[in-house]
Amino acid sequence: MSTIIEVNNLSKSFKSVKAVDGISFSVKRGQCFGLLGPNGAGKSTTIEMMEGILKPDAGEILFEGQPLNREALKRIGIQFQNTALQDYLTTLETVRLFRNFYDNGLEEQEVINLCQLQDFLHQDHRKLSGGQRQRLLLGLALVNDPDILFLDEPTTGLDPHARRNFWELIKTIKAKGKTVVLTTHYMDEAEFLCDHIELMDKGRIIERGHPGVLLQQHFSGALIRIPMQPLSEEVQKQLLPAENHEFWDINTNNVERALALLVQSHVSLEGLHVKSANLDDLFLKLTGQQLGESA
Amino acid sequence: MNTKWIAMWTRFYALFKARNLEFFRDKSSLSWNIAFPVLILVGFSFVFSDEDNYQFKVGVLQEGATPLSQPSSEKFLQLKHIEFVPYSEQPEAIESVRKHKIDLFVAPLQKRYWVNETSPKGYTVEQLLLGNSSGFERLTIEGRAIRYLDWVVPGILGMNMMFSCLFGVGYVIVRYRKASVLKRLKATPLKPIEFILAQVISRLFIVVCMSTGVFLATDWMFDFYMLGSLLDLLVIAVLGALCMISLGLLVASRSRSEELTGGLLNLVTWPMMILSGVWFSLEGAPQWLQTIAQLLPLTHIVDGARSIMTDGASLWELNTSLVSLLLMTAVFLCLSAILFRWEGDGR
Repeated sequence: MSTIIEVNNLSKSFKSVKAVDGISFSVKRGQCFGLLGPNGAGKSTTIEMMEGILKPDAGEILFEGQPLNREALKRIGIQFQNTALQDYLTTLETVRLFRNFYDNGLEEQEVINLCQLQDFLHQDHRKLSGGQRQRLLLGLALVNDPDILFLDEPTTGLDPHARRNFWELIKTIKAKGKTVVLTTHYMDEAEFLCDHIELMDKGRIIERGHPGVLLQQHFSGALIRIPMQPLSEEVQKQLLPAENHEFWDINTNNVERALALLVQSHVSLEGLHVKSANLDDLFLKLTGQQLGESA
Repeated sequence: MNTKWIAMWTRFYALFKARNLEFFRDKSSLSWNIAFPVLILVGFSFVFSDEDNYQFKVGVLQEGATPLSQPSSEKFLQLKHIEFVPYSEQPEAIESVRKHKIDLFVAPLQKRYWVNETSPKGYTVEQLLLGNSSGFERLTIEGRAIRYLDWVVPGILGMNMMFSCLFGVGYVIVRYRKASVLKRLKATPLKPIEFILAQVISRLFIVVCMSTGVFLATDWMFDFYMLGSLLDLLVIAVLGALCMISLGLLVASRSRSEELTGGLLNLVTWPMMILSGVWFSLEGAPQWLQTIAQLLPLTHIVDGARSIMTDGASLWELNTSLVSLLLMTAVFLCLSAILFRWEGDGR
């Protein structure tokens, strides 16, 4: 796969806060690329620099080997985290308005079909539900039939059903060969959608790769979680449990043996939980913090 | 090249249309824009319908060495309860009789007087003159009275235009910026100049349509005193609206705070409400105050419109006001183009 966007040593500060601290990565064509991290990790700042909305303090962003320019803007589609639209316009009028900003792009009807806007075409966009509104915003990002689509926290605040629905839409769009760059702090979203993730924390990238591969690298087998209690030295030595607030997390590739050892050592198994590790656990392992904790 | 212009036009027109829809669908703001000036005019027509203060005003020509302060031999000029106003120029005084500003004009040495036959007070004062002095030649003038309503209507429409332009552009852009509408637009091929032009032309279109509509409707209700040309009045309205819109753009060029912008807009509008001759004439005010007033766009709009309506002035006679408005528009536009930011100060 060829590289569509390359980011080298990108930095950005707001007053004394270093939001993005010298990060580099590349996005491959046709990939669903995820910037993952807690709130304040620098995801939105990074994506806004890639979109040409924010100017980096240092570093470069290359779009197909060229620095970002106005022409490139015509080939990207953007869905911001918080966007207000012109008031008093219906869904259809809003799609039309944005379609007119571009010389080339999808037909109005294609956008409507693709994003399933039929049911609320003539409704004032301010009266749409969360899921409908996100679909409209996605439609606006698609009017120019972009090669690359930027989605900044697209499902924040949506109910589970609307989120699922939105994910399916992204899959459809990806199947059309579009490159998707998305930021999210939902690990399940990244696992479901992304081919490649960059895990961000405090403006830096702390890990990268395919979500499945990353989990395999960092976790073998399963994760056993038991409520916090004193553990014998033997258990500590053999199972290497990690503290996680009220729990011990034991990462093992032999669940039977680990459980047998726990029973032997008279560890209370009440509240025991066995699961496969997810990206949340990975973030915890790498930073010692849960995703929701970082500022 | 051609396709580039078509694309520019398409982007501009799409935004222009969206902005107009936004305005006309906002029913509360729309009705306020119409109701406000009409209500004020209707209110004034009631308040000032009974204008007579039973005080007669007679203009007296100052000929040769006969200052008004010296006792005149004419018995009429010694009557009580008549205000005698000195005039040094005969045409000016005759114009005042025509507009009912004075009830009668006397030139004592020429033994002539001028009276407006449509003025009831003129008739009464004439009887007083004939009863007390004799040998005067009678000259008649025709012309309707200028009511306060006729005088105040350019002020009220001008003021309404000022509010609509300043708040309709300034406040809306800051609201767009604060709510990230501008950020979203920046991510499209739309250029700042296209965005600004769409805002300016849309507001110009709205304001000129609304003002014309309100003027024609109230003119039908009150039959305003109108000596000049309606077309000239339209020219003043268009230039004035452009100037006010540019000022609105300047105020909104980079702020993200609606409160700050609201304050700035008030700071700009209040001096104009008071000093631009909307409600009362500044003729007797100190020179420095009148100089300040000349720096305010509303002064030129109101003066220009008033001269066209009540004096029948042509555009050529109003060249100072027109040039001032154009100059101010150019300065405001240049400054706002330099200062304009999509995202404004801060992040």
